[in-house]
Amino acid sequence: MYRYDEFDRTFVQERVAEFRDQVARRLSGELTEDQFKPLRLMNGVYLQLHAYMLRIAIPYGTLSSRQLRLLASIARDHDKGYGHFTTRQNLQFNWIALKDVPDILDKLAGVEMHAIQTSGNCIRNVTADHFAGAAADEAADPRPYAEILRQWSSLHPEFTFLPRKFKLAVIGAPNDRAAIQTHDIGLQVKRDETGSLGFAVYVGGGQGRTPMVARKLRDFLPEADLLAYCEAVLRVYNLEGRRDNKYKARIKILVHETGEAAFTEAVDAEFAALKGKALTLPADEVDRIGAYFASPAFASLPAQSDLYERAVKTDPAFARFASRNVHPHKIPGYGIVTISLKPTGQPPGDATATQMEAVADLAAHYGFDEIRVSHEQNLVLPHVRLDDIPAVFEALRAAGLATPNAGLVTDIISCPGLDYCSLATARSIPIAERLSERFADLDRQHAIGELKIKISGCINACGHHHVGHIGILGLERKGEEFYQITLGGSGDQICTIGEIVGRGFSSGEIVDAVETVIDTYLGLRTSPQETFLAAYRRVGEAPFREALYAAAG
Amino acid sequence: MAKRPKTFHPVVATANDLPTGAVVFRHPDGDWSGDIAAAEIATTPEQADALLAHAQADQGPGNRIVDLALIEVVREGAFVRPTALRELIRTSGPTIALPADGRPAGH
Repeated sequence: MYRYDEFDRTFVQERVAEFRDQVARRLSGELTEDQFKPLRLMNGVYLQLHAYMLRIAIPYGTLSSRQLRLLASIARDHDKGYGHFTTRQNLQFNWIALKDVPDILDKLAGVEMHAIQTSGNCIRNVTADHFAGAAADEAADPRPYAEILRQWSSLHPEFTFLPRKFKLAVIGAPNDRAAIQTHDIGLQVKRDETGSLGFAVYVGGGQGRTPMVARKLRDFLPEADLLAYCEAVLRVYNLEGRRDNKYKARIKILVHETGEAAFTEAVDAEFAALKGKALTLPADEVDRIGAYFASPAFASLPAQSDLYERAVKTDPAFARFASRNVHPHKIPGYGIVTISLKPTGQPPGDATATQMEAVADLAAHYGFDEIRVSHEQNLVLPHVRLDDIPAVFEALRAAGLATPNAGLVTDIISCPGLDYCSLATARSIPIAERLSERFADLDRQHAIGELKIKISGCINACGHHHVGHIGILGLERKGEEFYQITLGGSGDQICTIGEIVGRGFSSGEIVDAVETVIDTYLGLRTSPQETFLAAYRRVGEAPFREALYAAAG
Repeated sequence: MAKRPKTFHPVVATANDLPTGAVVFRHPDGDWSGDIAAAEIATTPEQADALLAHAQADQGPGNRIVDLALIEVVREGAFVRPTALRELIRTSGPTIALPADGRPAGH
């Protein structure tokens, strides 16, 4: 893991001291709310419906057990005993008092964490593949580059007041587990035919009220040019992005309105001026950062574990868990364990302090002290011996964390919605909970197979509904919540924006409607191997629309 | 700030408590608390204007509150509740059960 150096430590501590002073001046009345609001947002503090919310950055979704334990203690001492993991691999505390924030930030700084740039019109926390450094399909670990981007973008003087927020995501594998094509800049680390490292660069993706899939501006950008090229993109955006209308201020609108060719030309012109100069990545610096992410000391193990295989054969509950929540590791004898934060009928992405501590213990004992947060609002132990996974499973079961539903119908992404969020137009968590209960039967879930439901409580799309295989958007009409269904979205390497299937459904109707969609899929799939998304792409929306609306005429 | 609707409905002044963020309502004596039943209810546009002016003054040098708004309410006997779902949730809390941690604070 990356460790703060002297500069990082001083920088974060100075920022905490600065914000402590700003909070004191606000509480004393010296600063008005108008003066204070931009300052608190720069430090991740929002005012939500019921309280202040503190959003803490988890760079590229990587945590140590020490950090997760500290988050647990903040949950217990300053919140209501739980935290919410978000679709940007961050952690949000929903019940924070403003007066406590400086102390909380102080504690975070002690474990090399902060909340800087988790809000505001700046470059936000850089996200990455949650299987980074462990996945069997990876060309290279994307996290060193995410860290380099984090350092470059932290308090970048030119990009502190962008037209709108700006999000980067990095992957190192052909299978996109970080939805890079829905980001302002998405990067895929890859190798060219000579074996040199570089990046496919996607620009201008985003969700919100105008969802767009990013355009691939470069198929292979040499590694050394990473920062020069990103700076060129940001510079064009900063100069040309719209500032007259916040709904048209994201880079996706600029790319769309300018046209891909003209936008690329503008970026290339800036890039030509920057290339080969101060922003060129020195190879020794890439190596220095990369060393922080060196693989742990893996043992030399047989590819198969008798213990693991025996548990699969003798314990049906473990077999289910293994089939969904254990993924292939690049090293023989190891596996990647997904810890579902989606127990039946509970809010997606929430973890109690006790659960965080249980995961921290497991990471320390079995997993080289590493934990990941996924954008799908789950936790991951990236490096666990297959021999140890049965014991990890038992410990997770005791902590209420062993739901074997990764990637299944109840592994739902949901934003906080109107239960917490001041921007929301409808509730999303209760819909997620009811869907989770409706499909609680594990036999049924496993029979349905891979299916991603994503729910947003407003058009800002924090719940990624546009790229849900089944997307649900909560809206409000004449004081009543209603829910629009989109179908066929996907946030992976074949990124697709879902299509609105028809008129919306009331809160009372929406769970039945989703069940109708799923039953329709089960009736038309060619085999159990044909996933919902594959079936939808084969038949289109007509059969689903017919099933949903036929009765209504 | 909520705009005044064309047809007037009774309103109360609500805000968040500055140091804690808790949802609060303005009482007739100028105090602010989480108890909506104790809130001053303006039943005419003139009363609403006066309530708003008083509430705005509370944002002044004392800085006790933030994010002030007038919200519509209905009174049902002894109960007062906001008309809009959003404000009802603001007043009553999330409509879902919050995750319960197994251990108390300080352990």
